[in-house]
Amino acid sequence: MFLYFIRKLGVILPTFFGVTLVAFVFIRTLPGDPVLLMAGERGMSDERHAALMAEFGFDKPIIVQYGLYLKQLAHGDFGHSITTRKPVLEEFLTLFPATAELSLCAMIIAVFFGLPAGMIAATRRGSVFDHTVMTGALTGYSMPIFWWGLLLIIFFSGILGWTPVSGRISLLYYFEPVTGFMLIDSLLSGQEGAFSSAVSHLILPAIVLGTIPLAVIARQTRSAMLEVLSEDYVRTARAKGLGPQRVIGLHALRNAMIPVITVIGLQIGVLFAGAILTETIFSWPGIGKWMVDSIFRRDYSSVQGGLLLIAAIVMFVNLAVDLLYGLINPQIRHTD
Amino acid sequence: MPLLEIKNLSVTFKTAGGEFTAVDRVSLNIAPGEIVSIVGESGSGKSVSMLALMGLLPWTATITADTLRFNGQDLKTISKKQLRQIIGSQMAMIFQEPMTSLNPCFTIGFQLTEALKIHLGMNRAERKKRAIELLDLVGIPEPQKRLAAFPHQLSGGMNQRVMIAMSISCNPLLLIADEPTTALDVTIQAQILDLLLKLQKEQNMSLVLITHDMGVVAETAERVAVQYAGQQVEKQLIKGLFSDPHHPYTQALLNSLPERSTSRILPSIAGVVPGQFDKPVGCLFSPRCQYATELCRSTPPVEASPAFGRALCHYPLAGGLPTNYPEEVSA
Repeated sequence: MFLYFIRKLGVILPTFFGVTLVAFVFIRTLPGDPVLLMAGERGMSDERHAALMAEFGFDKPIIVQYGLYLKQLAHGDFGHSITTRKPVLEEFLTLFPATAELSLCAMIIAVFFGLPAGMIAATRRGSVFDHTVMTGALTGYSMPIFWWGLLLIIFFSGILGWTPVSGRISLLYYFEPVTGFMLIDSLLSGQEGAFSSAVSHLILPAIVLGTIPLAVIARQTRSAMLEVLSEDYVRTARAKGLGPQRVIGLHALRNAMIPVITVIGLQIGVLFAGAILTETIFSWPGIGKWMVDSIFRRDYSSVQGGLLLIAAIVMFVNLAVDLLYGLINPQIRHTD
Repeated sequence: MPLLEIKNLSVTFKTAGGEFTAVDRVSLNIAPGEIVSIVGESGSGKSVSMLALMGLLPWTATITADTLRFNGQDLKTISKKQLRQIIGSQMAMIFQEPMTSLNPCFTIGFQLTEALKIHLGMNRAERKKRAIELLDLVGIPEPQKRLAAFPHQLSGGMNQRVMIAMSISCNPLLLIADEPTTALDVTIQAQILDLLLKLQKEQNMSLVLITHDMGVVAETAERVAVQYAGQQVEKQLIKGLFSDPHHPYTQALLNSLPERSTSRILPSIAGVVPGQFDKPVGCLFSPRCQYATELCRSTPPVEASPAFGRALCHYPLAGGLPTNYPEEVSA
């Protein structure tokens, strides 16, 4: 198991290196530069521009800049934001809990509804329920996030007035972050109504962000389950006189979970991509919104650092998923 | 009173191309402690009839029967839940492919003790003790260690022993073995058969042995039912079946045994079992039968007398030759 871990790590490091290069080049291919954007409409003299560019080190050849950046990274320094002058890592860590909370809740919704929906659809193949779930999944998967988000806002916030339109919690409440998770912090604060306010702010963006993973998980669970249900060992389990709950929920599900876990791992990346749109629509103060703002400001170091950190998180979550396989499927554990 | 009583059991499947009858009016009585064999080629509905009895067929199957009784219980009227209390405990089944019949995600010990927990309500310690006892009984060395093993760590023969241990864990009255040796090496086949017979004797359970191997039949069974294309074509005691088969299909099966072959080329039965779309109107075996006449091809035969092994044939054989046959035949 340890060797397995080391081997996986050996794949991650080169990938990480590749991401640094992509992130570095990508942001510089955008027209304009941070100094010009800071100056705004008034503009600035060429001398002042050149001086500022030199101050940030943007006057050096690109390859030198990249080398310096790598050297910086090797020391664990992600640099400072050009616009706020704060360390990129600090900004990221301040905003990350909001995204983590949103993504986690989205994933919980996706798994909590997607898994049973796929399972039931598989056991009742061809039924009305099956067709409904599959049609719903296809619709959810095909719907653009921004449009789906706006629809929900119009209906639940606009027409029904049930949920707020933006933010993480009502302005009435203030408390120091403890965990960074608003749901937990609001409970810890002991302020009456704070928790329900946090929930009402979170619910719509979490549904919007969780829709695509939900659809993917439901479809994957259904197909994995259908395959497993026709296996000989499922017949053996039934021949023992086990009830359908145990046969499907234990014997079949355990095997069907192997491909489903892969898909759940892959959805982590989808979540971060979706968070960019979702956070923008709901003015959710997380890293997705921060990344968009940083790109607009050509804040090179923030974009680079943000991309790297997100990539690192996605890779490590997938590594954790790989390790999880071993726990579910003993055949993988023993061969590796 | 027989332990198992099946009368006119039929199974049809709904398929995209219409209804397909996999089992056609099969009857079988089994006394306590008796060994009965069901033989026939692939596709003759041997497994399906027994899976129907166990309630293990998919929902696309429609099962009808005049009588379906096991140990005094009417399997036709009892609920699914009541049936689940019988299967795995009083009536158990082992399957053809030991490597795929065990769940790859659970240990041998877990799978072995599941039935003990739900049927006998044993606690953890009792289950472990019984599991070790069972593995020992089926001849698995170091049973204590094997409990924590996964199926992929054992050989096919060992896995089949585990399957057998699992099926007899609650001391069933009836064990159905569905081609238990087909997927195994020849050397292991004999061991597994011997084990099944030993356990059958020790536990005094009834054994239904489904096979397409006449050699296996000869070594084990007391009574034989020959099945072809879903129909029972002959029922006989083992002795009579080998010395005086009454149905041309049985005769053809026996003739294709290598040890009975007299020529250098092994004899075989030409053609295949008819499927959904090529079912003959008359006798189902007529397209492959060397004695088939116009009558055979146009009219389904009726069951012959018990003296002729209830053969489903217009001209049941006696002494290797068809009776009441319209033409002269030489043996």
